[in-house]
Amino acid sequence: MRYSAWNVFKEGLRGQRGWKPAWRSPNPQSSYDAIVIGGGGHGLATAYYLAKSFGITRVAVLEKSWIGGGNSGRNTTAIRSNYYYRASARMYEHSLKLYEGLSKELNYNVMFSQRGMISLAHSIHDLELVNRQMNAMRLNGVDAETLSTAEIGRRVPILDISPDARFPVLGGLIQKRAGTARHDAVVWGYARAADALGVDIIQNCEVTGFQRSPDGAVTGVETSRGPIGSRKIGVAVAGHSSRLAEMAGFRLPITSYALQAFVSEPLKPVLDTVVLSPATGVYMSQSDKGGLVIGGGLDLYPSYAQRGNMPVMLNVLGAVAAQYPSLGRVRLLRHWAGVVDVVPDSSPIIGASPVPGLFLDCGWGTGGFKAIPVGGTMLAHQLATLTPHPLAEPFSLDRFTTGALIDEAAGSGIAH
Amino acid sequence: MLQIPCPWCGPRDELEFRCGGQSHIIRPGPPEAIDDVTWGKYLSEKINPRGEHLERWQHNAGCRRWFNVARDTATHRIRVTYHMVEAAPAILPGGVAP
Repeated sequence: MRYSAWNVFKEGLRGQRGWKPAWRSPNPQSSYDAIVIGGGGHGLATAYYLAKSFGITRVAVLEKSWIGGGNSGRNTTAIRSNYYYRASARMYEHSLKLYEGLSKELNYNVMFSQRGMISLAHSIHDLELVNRQMNAMRLNGVDAETLSTAEIGRRVPILDISPDARFPVLGGLIQKRAGTARHDAVVWGYARAADALGVDIIQNCEVTGFQRSPDGAVTGVETSRGPIGSRKIGVAVAGHSSRLAEMAGFRLPITSYALQAFVSEPLKPVLDTVVLSPATGVYMSQSDKGGLVIGGGLDLYPSYAQRGNMPVMLNVLGAVAAQYPSLGRVRLLRHWAGVVDVVPDSSPIIGASPVPGLFLDCGWGTGGFKAIPVGGTMLAHQLATLTPHPLAEPFSLDRFTTGALIDEAAGSGIAH
Repeated sequence: MLQIPCPWCGPRDELEFRCGGQSHIIRPGPPEAIDDVTWGKYLSEKINPRGEHLERWQHNAGCRRWFNVARDTATHRIRVTYHMVEAAPAILPGGVAP
């Protein structure tokens, strides 16, 4: 019990000097059974499941800066499985179920709060889509209910549901098992659990190239901390996937965009669920600290800058002010952007790359946080067995050749 | 806010424009001679560089015409804009040529 109430009390009296690091900072070894590039949620989860489910513990996670400093620290922490197609629904539902048990699995409180997520309908056409979505979700075994305007008004009292509202609320869809989690805790929980199983987490170690055998297969990586050998390499670097693909000599159907998010000054509790307005692309929840966490659409031009521009900011915050009039004078505390990897069909790319020994977990676009447990599960399965995980089979890279796309443009919740 | 110099209208705010993505993509052909892999790559693959990128933009709230932009995706700096029919300029180091 490292974080017991007694230890917190004791350390409070001792000036917090007795805490030990939660994971080691080893120097890289010369070779590993598997290397995972990217120390975000997906990469750390991959390493954890490699060690836990397959007993492969000679694993290194290579992170160019600090773990959880990319999109894992830049998302809006929403977790849901309200997707349309069967392949997506069963994958995201698997992730949601793993989240439901994650605090116990990792012995680390990830603060998963199933506060529900409401998608609003602003027109008759939206209502039809809400019903279609509900039916699709139920057929896929995912919980879904429709809500009337009055029910939404009771659940979200700060939302303007008056008939003359700029965005009238005609109804909505709720997934009650959806919710939010503490993003840093997910990263740190996986990191500590993976480290305890023997995984080396190597920070400040940027991959600069791949070592290849004469037949083209990867045999290791060149890094800012020297070469490291491995014949199995997983890439979980979200918006930077195209750069690693370029190093390995192939291209991906990915465009990197900046996705902005905002958090307000702390308020007393005003919102106990997640609300998405598809008309404006704006979604909002309230963190346990009281800050309103707000997300919106993409800055729609390719970008590797971890910051957004004013026009999208004005759209997002204008929509918040219009739909939640009482928040019009709330001030923002922070605003930032993450670099997201958007694919034409808004579905991830999992599994083999054109280079033998190199495997992908990318293309999650604007929705990677909710998929951390399943992304790690699928990439670990691929690395350990060299065959795709059953959930990952429809999400292979070759769907862009076969044409078997899984178009979740609506399920992604954000216009791509 | 980006300020984008439209080749016809001069510098305007990014609000007036829409980005059409990677430029200078050449359609392979003739269609009957193209295999699925080539066609799939043509439709979906992107160079997506971190650095200078040659891309198409449309001045959709202005003259509505398309043009090319050489823009750095890390700094958002626009080096040059040029007409659709012009050849691609030499790319700056760090970018990826089309």
